[in-house]
Amino acid sequence: MKYLPFIFRNLFRKKTRTILTIGSIAVALFLYGLLVTIETALNAGVDVAGVDRLIVRNKISLIMPLPFSYQERLRQIDHVSEATFATWFGAIYQEPKNFFPQFAIDTDSYRRLYPEFQIPDDQWQAFLADREGAVVGRLTADRFEWEVGDRIPLQASIWGGTWEFNIRAIYEGSRAGDDESLFWFHWKYLEERRPWGKGSVGWYTVKVDDPEHSVAVSEAIDRSFANSPYETSTETEQAFAAGFAKQIGNIRMLIMSIGAVVLFTLLLVTGNTMAMAVRERVPELGVLKTLGFKDTTVLFLVLAESLLIAFVGGVLGVGLAKFFTMGGDPTGGMLPVFYLSTAEMISGIAIALFVGLAAGSIPALTAMNLRIVDALRRV
Amino acid sequence: MVSIDGKEHGDSLIRVRNLNKIYRRGGETIEVLQGLNLDVEKGEFVAFMGPSGSGKTTLLNLLGGLDTPTSGTVTVDGDEITNMSGRHLATWRARHVGFIFQMYNLIPVLTAFQNVELPLLLTKLSKAQRRKHVETALGLVGLTDRMKHYPRQLSGGQEQRVAIARAIVTDPTFLLCDEPTGDLDRKVAEEILDLLTELESEHGKTILMVTHDPLAAKRADVVLHLDKGALIESAEEAAAS
Repeated sequence: MKYLPFIFRNLFRKKTRTILTIGSIAVALFLYGLLVTIETALNAGVDVAGVDRLIVRNKISLIMPLPFSYQERLRQIDHVSEATFATWFGAIYQEPKNFFPQFAIDTDSYRRLYPEFQIPDDQWQAFLADREGAVVGRLTADRFEWEVGDRIPLQASIWGGTWEFNIRAIYEGSRAGDDESLFWFHWKYLEERRPWGKGSVGWYTVKVDDPEHSVAVSEAIDRSFANSPYETSTETEQAFAAGFAKQIGNIRMLIMSIGAVVLFTLLLVTGNTMAMAVRERVPELGVLKTLGFKDTTVLFLVLAESLLIAFVGGVLGVGLAKFFTMGGDPTGGMLPVFYLSTAEMISGIAIALFVGLAAGSIPALTAMNLRIVDALRRV
Repeated sequence: MVSIDGKEHGDSLIRVRNLNKIYRRGGETIEVLQGLNLDVEKGEFVAFMGPSGSGKTTLLNLLGGLDTPTSGTVTVDGDEITNMSGRHLATWRARHVGFIFQMYNLIPVLTAFQNVELPLLLTKLSKAQRRKHVETALGLVGLTDRMKHYPRQLSGGQEQRVAIARAIVTDPTFLLCDEPTGDLDRKVAEEILDLLTELESEHGKTILMVTHDPLAAKRADVVLHLDKGALIESAEEAAAS
């Protein structure tokens, strides 16, 4: 601690250079924060997917339907404790940019399979009682300033026409990462109004009594519908979500590549700053050693400077990223789970500190190994 | 008494025996110090003179533990420093040696107070104790009113006074001065020399000073000349050799 004022003084010896270096680190960490947030958003479903839930879809493609009659057959399969279904609605609210996912759900069973979505009981009862009722996630409700009781029109792009719904409930996720952008309404309402596709659903979600039975149950489901007009493909919700994310491409690899390039550049920038700082200060380092400062103390002083620059830049960058992501999804619904977690913030600062350590290590070792007589000769 | 004959003197503070320093540059070998002997008692003020390249600064570096000899020993107050590891040598320097340089070598980003405080950061003194020591040292060199000034805000003479305060703040066993007046005009140089003389006469400090300036050397109790890597006692002897 007693060296701290000395370290600070040295840090602001060249104010512009230090501020620019801190700025570079802050920008890089800001970028890191955004990349991680996007990556988290793209994999949000994977991270929070239930381990005891299976998704049963049409073997040909997710967009192909399955018969409504499968629900009872699924319930009969061993180790299946419940089966529910949903159908993609794909409507537009006012204009195409106002995207949010809408599902027609089986109101009798859906809530039992997704207990992570918190809905006040009175609101849920009001939803059940209203055939045109809808449940909307907090994110979407806030986005369009909807409140319980509002009547909203949606343009159905698949089924055609304007469909009106009454917002009867607003749900909230119980975990960070739960998708709060969804819009649910009665499958029976869809069934009544749609001109075609009656008696079909988009996909089923099946709850198994024990996650250890997931593989066996998946195989049993697909086997029982084999050689039928509607063969199924069953996988865990996690695998389903991961596959869905992969459709966009290997985003993780892309993001990691960009991140690695940014951090490597950062390493060079910070390393150069520290190398210059040490080069300019060779005689002073010689004086410090002459006064009795040990080689390791000199090493510590240079490393501490580098770490301090990295820490300040890191905190600034990650803080800015947090501030930016607090505004929520900037894409208008494409990335509903858009947040920077505390763990990722800590990781970001740890990365900054690692950069500081790596960038400062060579100059610090140079300073440590400096011979006093050589250093003083440069006065 | 200062002696260069290499005979044993029981009360020597600094004892140098058979000191050799050889530099190798490329294929060339330069013998800077050759079998040098020296005994200095506590409280003496010794000046080393000699032409450029005669090894004055090399001798000072060896006495201060800044460099290691090719052979021979340097013993200070019973501690043979030539056998010490770099780590021990650093601790020893902090405790026993006060350095005063020609170019002052103050840290430009630190105030006069902070520059003087630097060697005390290596001790276990509390902040309040450090402050007391720094104020005493700056008081001795007459700069209590310049504590918060940075080196760039001080004159050359004031900078050297701060450097002297830094050298004495830990109350070291001896002071090593490398051309302490070399960068100062005559009047200021005299003030600095007055200060060094006062440190010797009133505070009993042992001072070893390298200088080119005969007037500065006159302030010392003993003037030794370095010639061809060996010490001799008078300029006449140096000229004769």
